[in-house]
Amino acid sequence: MMPTDRNGYEIGETVEGFTLKSTSGEMISLSDYNSEKGVILIFDCNTCPFSQGYNERIKALHRKYADQGFPVLAINPNDPQVSPGDSFDKMVAYATDKNFPHTYVQDTSQEVTRAFGATNTPHVFVLNNENGSFKVAYIGAIDNNSRDASAATEHYVEDAVEALLNGNEPPVTSAKAIGCSIKWKRS
Amino acid sequence: MKNRFIILLFIFFITVRPDPVNAQDQEIQVVKFDALESILNSDSEKIQVINFWATWCAPCIKELPYFVKAGDEYENQIDLHLISLDYADQADKVSAFASRKSLDGNVVILDEVDYNSWIDKVDPSWSGAIPATLFINPKTGERIFMERQMTYEDLVNELNALLN
Repeated sequence: MMPTDRNGYEIGETVEGFTLKSTSGEMISLSDYNSEKGVILIFDCNTCPFSQGYNERIKALHRKYADQGFPVLAINPNDPQVSPGDSFDKMVAYATDKNFPHTYVQDTSQEVTRAFGATNTPHVFVLNNENGSFKVAYIGAIDNNSRDASAATEHYVEDAVEALLNGNEPPVTSAKAIGCSIKWKRS
Repeated sequence: MKNRFIILLFIFFITVRPDPVNAQDQEIQVVKFDALESILNSDSEKIQVINFWATWCAPCIKELPYFVKAGDEYENQIDLHLISLDYADQADKVSAFASRKSLDGNVVILDEVDYNSWIDKVDPSWSGAIPATLFINPKTGERIFMERQMTYEDLVNELNALLN
């Protein structure tokens, strides 16, 4: 049965390194981002309507912040046996079709997803690079209106990244949202 | 001859529209958080079973029939609330789905997309993923929160735990 309570990384904790396969075919490691100021890490997928609704906003985050040192790294946590629309081939097709400017990798073993304690998609972890160790600075939703980006009044991820770029703590460090549950492997 | 074909084609299209919104589909109420809050604070004699679901959520759809079955089996002991988190502009879709699955009467759409403002009020341990279900015994104040897909057996076990 899938885990219920979140018991992954908390705010301020250092994230362990990982290496996952990207839709480009390359193996991507967290350490590849050592020269960046941080990473906007997003557990995301092809199939969840909330993920789909946030596609453009996720692309916009990358376009806005990659050059400033906070690129988006999207991780698909879903088990393709349980969610066939999230197979590696479907991910490649989806990333191509949607013109993803950001990296999209697959967590086939779900170990990274478990370590983070991700629970739903899209689920964001903003990581701040502090002398080579990536620390969790924000956990949660992208903004407070999944239906309509223009109606959102809180932009949690942007506010967190802006604060970090200015050397400050994020004003809000976590915000919950309704989302699709992660499709865990059947044990 | 050609005209007749066009007419037939027209009749074909208007009669086999996929998933039409039927006149007999029950209108689904769209509510705000205060409606959910009054269920959370209910002083009913019955156990309040509050299930959060959506038409786009596959595991939710799998477990819904068990809730309907329990709603019948425990008719005198529980109040069943099927809270749809579909967007309010999807009311027709929810309504057609509810009629098809005989859910009507128990379904409302909760139109509150500023999720962080109310998720913790349902249960602080809730991540926001669905399906999720809250059981409340208003007489004892006892609450059980489940953030996962349930089987009928799971459901009966939780109900019996609260009823005994």
